[in-house]
Amino acid sequence: MSSILLENKKGFEALLMGNDAISRGALEAGVSVVTGYPGTPSSEIVEQLAKVAHARNLYVEWSVNEKVAMEVAAAGSYARLRSMCVMKQVGVNVAADSLLHIAEYGIRGAMVLVSCEDPGALSSTNEGDSRPYAKMMEFPLLEPGDFQEAKDMAKWAFELSEDIRSIIMLRSVTRLSHASGNVTMGELPVVSPGARFECSGTPMDQMIGPILAFPTLIDSQRRRQLEKLSKAAAAFEKSPFNTYTGPEKPELLIIASSACQLYVREALSILDLWSRVGLLKLGTTWPLPQKLLGKHLSINERVLIVEEGTPFLEDNIKVLAAENAKQVGIKTFFGRKDGTLPPVNELNPDLLINGINHILGTTYQPVSDAYSSKAKRITAVGAPDRELTFCPGCPHRASFWLIHDVFKLDNRSGFLCGDIGCYSLGAAPCGFSTIKILQAMGSGTGMASGFGKLDQFGMEQPVMAVCGDSTFFHAVMPALVNAVHNQSDMILTVLDNSGTAMTGFQPHPGTPVGATGISLPMVDIEKLCRAMGIQVEVSDPFDLKGTRKIMLDLLENGGSPRVLILKQPCALSPGKKGEKKFEMSIDETLCLADQCGCNRFCTRVFKCPGLIWNTEKKITQIDEVLCVGCGVCADICPTGAIIAGEAR
Amino acid sequence: MENALKCDPYNLIIAGVGGQGNVLASRVVGDMMIHQGYKVTIGETFGASQRGGSVMSHLRISARGGFSPQMPKGKANMVVALEPMEAIRVLGTYGNPQVKMLCNTRPIQSVGVICGDQVYPEAKQIVQWIESLTADAKFFDTTHEAAKLGNPIFGNIMAVGALAATGDLPMSLKVFKDIISKKIPADKVEVNLKAYQIGRSLIGNR
Repeated sequence: MSSILLENKKGFEALLMGNDAISRGALEAGVSVVTGYPGTPSSEIVEQLAKVAHARNLYVEWSVNEKVAMEVAAAGSYARLRSMCVMKQVGVNVAADSLLHIAEYGIRGAMVLVSCEDPGALSSTNEGDSRPYAKMMEFPLLEPGDFQEAKDMAKWAFELSEDIRSIIMLRSVTRLSHASGNVTMGELPVVSPGARFECSGTPMDQMIGPILAFPTLIDSQRRRQLEKLSKAAAAFEKSPFNTYTGPEKPELLIIASSACQLYVREALSILDLWSRVGLLKLGTTWPLPQKLLGKHLSINERVLIVEEGTPFLEDNIKVLAAENAKQVGIKTFFGRKDGTLPPVNELNPDLLINGINHILGTTYQPVSDAYSSKAKRITAVGAPDRELTFCPGCPHRASFWLIHDVFKLDNRSGFLCGDIGCYSLGAAPCGFSTIKILQAMGSGTGMASGFGKLDQFGMEQPVMAVCGDSTFFHAVMPALVNAVHNQSDMILTVLDNSGTAMTGFQPHPGTPVGATGISLPMVDIEKLCRAMGIQVEVSDPFDLKGTRKIMLDLLENGGSPRVLILKQPCALSPGKKGEKKFEMSIDETLCLADQCGCNRFCTRVFKCPGLIWNTEKKITQIDEVLCVGCGVCADICPTGAIIAGEAR
Repeated sequence: MENALKCDPYNLIIAGVGGQGNVLASRVVGDMMIHQGYKVTIGETFGASQRGGSVMSHLRISARGGFSPQMPKGKANMVVALEPMEAIRVLGTYGNPQVKMLCNTRPIQSVGVICGDQVYPEAKQIVQWIESLTADAKFFDTTHEAAKLGNPIFGNIMAVGALAATGDLPMSLKVFKDIISKKIPADKVEVNLKAYQIGRSLIGNR
């Protein structure tokens, strides 16, 4: 079971996930330093490279957050190593301050920023599009259009970065990162990099001077960076990643980037329009290849622009068309802005088919009306949506049950500020809709710090924030320091499940291992909080009674920030998986069901998927396949019908 | 290369619920196809829920390639459903009168069903609905068979075995063995081979 990433037969073809293709491209480019912070759909890149770190002599780390990841990768570059920094779209916002300065100064060893974005917010709290950073901060942007390109463009990004000495952003999307396709491998190079930071020259000696963002240097540094952009634009004019398919003089030109180009191809094949419509697939999307675009714009009157995210290409191509109006003439543009394609959400082949039909007046019906109305009717009753829920045995279910419960007992309209992780589901019915504010990484604690200072305006509601252990280190710490220093009346509950659970148990500073599995010292959340001068309590969320009492005491004794750490590993954590603490069973004589007065509390309110309601017998049963034996439900049954027995 | 596909692209959907091993099943089929020279695109959605949510993999198998990871509506040729309610969900969007179905009959109740907000359809009704929306549907209880092997998760490989038995795709035991040996730890290969064989034999059993 050796990693496919190490396969060194040139021309070997394999099924690779987009993220693995990017990892492979980085290896083929001779990357040495790899950093990142986990986030769907980006996490596999650092994970897979960590697995081959030893074999390929890489330094790979999960950094505390994206900004630090960017700085650690930049250190590699400044020491003349090839480095890569990987994150999801929101991470680029966290890293943006450093990114601006790294872009402005330039790099030494190649440096590639990989942003894996999530159009449609399939597993995000937003649909952020990081591409505008490339324009705003003046660095080149690449968008691979398929799996082979993900590999090839990742490799090329390093070469381009070193050619022009600028950071390069490689932007992927969920349908590329988490999809898979054929990839033909290139060679893995033999590299023996040496690291040294040169700082003997003057501040304008990019390769040997000190790296300084001084006010007096900015004018020259930005001019230097703009020259690099011109070089990139020249390279993009000839890039094999920009291709045209279609007739010489089509009725409609489609310009598409990223996985969208696959949707366009599919739509044109289904509609049988390849003789009438042309596709200009752009892999290099900032700076735009002006001559190439000018050539295509001048022979097409109608242009449809297809991209994931905001109308970034659309706006910039329109500017280009305006600047070159004399040569290219007046165009009619279609895209996300005029409603040909939806202004939000991810695209797919069907949306493209609709959009093209709208422009050309063509029609298409995938199945007969009779079939589709029958299918619709059956699906409506036969396949109700599966609501997202916590896993069976998830400690968060117990934690949110407790928080929900104590706020009710406290009776002062207390509320909970949430954060980013599996526990964001605390805002959903499975978390008893306890979370009332949910935004960015760390913002739950920052908000709670703010709410906790509003007593002078008459605010009397108690406020609590929750965060996970990884999030605590990522962005909660500064917010907590703020709460301590300003003596905000708030409680932070840390849901410590011993890993970055949502994205697949990546280690973080609070765990005793690093990305590659090496032993590392763990930073203790409890000690950190105590060192900040905060009152800290620690409990097990599965101990409902004990934890409830602690929570009520904390709620009563307000006035300053307090921290409660709820420790219980994730039910899916590698150390716990398959290990049942208890063998759960139902005493059918004790379950009074509808006569109980509990109103089927366990299955209607607590709702662990390990519990099922037997509609014939009218009692609760344990789902042997799903139950992980955490034992929590035994404590919530008023008649004691749920029995936590010895694990077999 | 001789194109042994029933149609090109051959559009396969493997659907189930998070935790059923959907992703591994789709990778195994994809690897088996690539091993024989085909081009494959697999699109899958995962991330938000590790367990309990609907999970679907779209496989586009072709001799020429270049297909989207999101299958267009109404274009499935075959649906392998690891869970019956998910079978219906897939047909709602990707079904057509010619589509074939292989369906595990063991339900995984959603939270909505557990709490009484939703009703899980009756087994007979599900079979009837699926039959009315497909050209050919086969049903089996892979969860039960897999539990006999020690873990219901083997239902995914059983379903792959059942898919092989349909003869729609070139899936020999030898190729399966080559692929699975590279994908999983050595001590798990034997039980997966067994699961695959059981899956092959399940076709036709109601």
